[in-house]
Amino acid sequence: MTELRSLLGDTVTRLFTDLATKELIEAAEKGTWPDKLWRALEEGGLTLPLVPEDAGGAGGTWLDAHVVVRASGRHQAPVPLAETIVAGWLLSRAGLAVPFGPMTLAPVHADERLTLARSAGAVTVSGRATRVPWGRHAEHVVAVSELDGRLTVALIARGAATIEEERNLALEPRDTLVFRDARVVAFGAADVPADAIYLYGAMARAAQMAGALDSCLTQAVRYATERKQFGKPIGNFQAIQQSLAVLAGHVAASGIAAESAFRAAERNDARFEIAVAKVRVGEAAGVGAGIAHQTHGAIGFTYEHSLHFATRRLWSWRAEFGSENAWARQLGRAVAARGADALWSDLTAR
Amino acid sequence: MPATFRFALNDLPPEAEGLRAEVREFLKKEFSGAAPVKRAKSWGGFDREFSRRVGARGWIGMTWPKTYGGHERSFLERYVVMEEMLAAGAPVSAHWVADRQSGPLLLRFGTEEQRQRILPGIVRGELAFAIGMSEPDSGSDLASIRTRATKTEGGYLVNGTKVWTSNAHLSDYAISLFRTQVVPDKKHEGLTQFLVDLRNTKGITIRPIIDLAGKHHFNEVNFTDAFVPDEARVGNDGDGWKQVTTELGFERSGPERYLSSIALIRELVREVSAKPDDRGTEAVGRMVASLATLRQMSTSVAGMLQAGEPVNLEAAAVKDVGTTFEQSIPELAHALLDVEPTLDSGSDLQQVLGYITQTAPSFSLRGGTREILRGIIARGLGLR
Repeated sequence: MTELRSLLGDTVTRLFTDLATKELIEAAEKGTWPDKLWRALEEGGLTLPLVPEDAGGAGGTWLDAHVVVRASGRHQAPVPLAETIVAGWLLSRAGLAVPFGPMTLAPVHADERLTLARSAGAVTVSGRATRVPWGRHAEHVVAVSELDGRLTVALIARGAATIEEERNLALEPRDTLVFRDARVVAFGAADVPADAIYLYGAMARAAQMAGALDSCLTQAVRYATERKQFGKPIGNFQAIQQSLAVLAGHVAASGIAAESAFRAAERNDARFEIAVAKVRVGEAAGVGAGIAHQTHGAIGFTYEHSLHFATRRLWSWRAEFGSENAWARQLGRAVAARGADALWSDLTAR
Repeated sequence: MPATFRFALNDLPPEAEGLRAEVREFLKKEFSGAAPVKRAKSWGGFDREFSRRVGARGWIGMTWPKTYGGHERSFLERYVVMEEMLAAGAPVSAHWVADRQSGPLLLRFGTEEQRQRILPGIVRGELAFAIGMSEPDSGSDLASIRTRATKTEGGYLVNGTKVWTSNAHLSDYAISLFRTQVVPDKKHEGLTQFLVDLRNTKGITIRPIIDLAGKHHFNEVNFTDAFVPDEARVGNDGDGWKQVTTELGFERSGPERYLSSIALIRELVREVSAKPDDRGTEAVGRMVASLATLRQMSTSVAGMLQAGEPVNLEAAAVKDVGTTFEQSIPELAHALLDVEPTLDSGSDLQQVLGYITQTAPSFSLRGGTREILRGIIARGLGLR
């Protein structure tokens, strides 16, 4: 592990442990923007791990970013940290300056488009993007679209959009943003995939889910050793041990699937690994949340208990930036196109 | 929690990847044109001639010291050879057990004389090993075994019965666990391992146990006053439990416990490739997502082995997740296709499905049942 990575890991864990408390998450669910947490993340240099140092970032790799994104899921931090990290990377790829403040990505759906156009010496954006994460709180929106026949990254002020507020199961803002010939703040051509937001957004969600699954396992194991029934901790019963072992297997699979996607992103085209991660971690999210709840019994089903901060996120995140089915079809089509006899050699070449 | 499982990403080094091409070339020559159903049998295949050719290439005992004929190569190179063999469905049974666990056990606990006498033959692919652990009343509860080895002049007299002894009828030796002492209320004590010569020991009777598909690989091995000399004892009298758990660690640490259904996976991809509709590609995508993830977990364990780290917990997780995956593949075939599994008629897909369907129950039994593995994981979680 590199020095930067362990530094980021230590910093982010300490910061979330201190600040991303139950009270803070509950307040965020009621609509309060956790300004103190966000400022601490910025001051700790955690929001822009992929932005070069001379542009105000940490100058790290995707594997460095992975540590931060995973931790944000493990602690269910109610801020657009993953979105800001991907947005910062896109801006850097386009040679654009990266602003302070939380950012988000749009559109997040594969079938939605924001249109860039030249108009009176400026570049404008038009279109409607639904379910934009943290739309109302983000200071800027980063979009990828075509301009003059080239893929272009555009930085747009949130104020340029009209916003319809919505939310996901975890009460995280998922807003509809509508742009009508709004001027973009900055833009630049970039060598990224046309669906870069969808792609890297899916990768980020996979790592966040892996983190949330870690949290489910930790909570379930702790509860099983503390909660007594029939005169002993419920974790002494084989039925509980066996199902927690299944959960642990899913947690292990999720962790390595997500991390290997980030490693691939650092090296080359990561589409295969990202699809693998989104599908595999999404499946783990369903099974894992179920086992964590079953272990906790009725108390885990209350708002008072903290388990639902992880599980409600898992239930929403697995469908964001493309469902498991959509990613599985994309992956399956690629595998089918290569044919049965290429499967093993393709797999070992990754 | 990540403190429990490590599973660090691991890259296979260039020399291991270079070796992959050689192994593929070799396997292509060996099996080009072989029917998919034959290749589905990988673990089931026992072919001494094939094992000799593998030995001649230097692919058995790869990590062992040169003193004993080994090749002093890395665990990661060995890993590449194994995963290629299994992915290709090579018949590895005649050398795999010895390469994976019997040889390493002798290296760790055997006498110098045993190592010099046995290991070079294993490396050449000439000595095949069976595993003498389970008994009629001792399966998962291995420490309850009752086969007695009673001390006598120059050796031990063995009485009792081993079961599920795969390929005992074809093998040269079986590392066997016997009870040399009965210590009341302490079943883990008084156990000792022996290197039993299956071909030249009087008093051993090997009888077939036919599996549900009518095939003979299991055996019942009966010992009646079978004389096993002192030189055949592996390790100290009474150290058997410690040694056998180490051996099971070798057996389970095999990072390949997820490839048993690879032949069926290939046939399913072939079907979907011919008609890539949404339903088929979605199913293939989910299957490949699991397969690719298991391979990452598996190479991670290989990296830990190379680094000399303990892998029991991670290996148990790979095997548990891996066998669940392997067993899901026939189910997937039924969910996706209108296909009847067959024995020896019909398409390649039908025959492979027939073979895998009937073999699949064993995936989560051999080398430690699913329940035992999950118990190991639960212990790692601090629940036991």
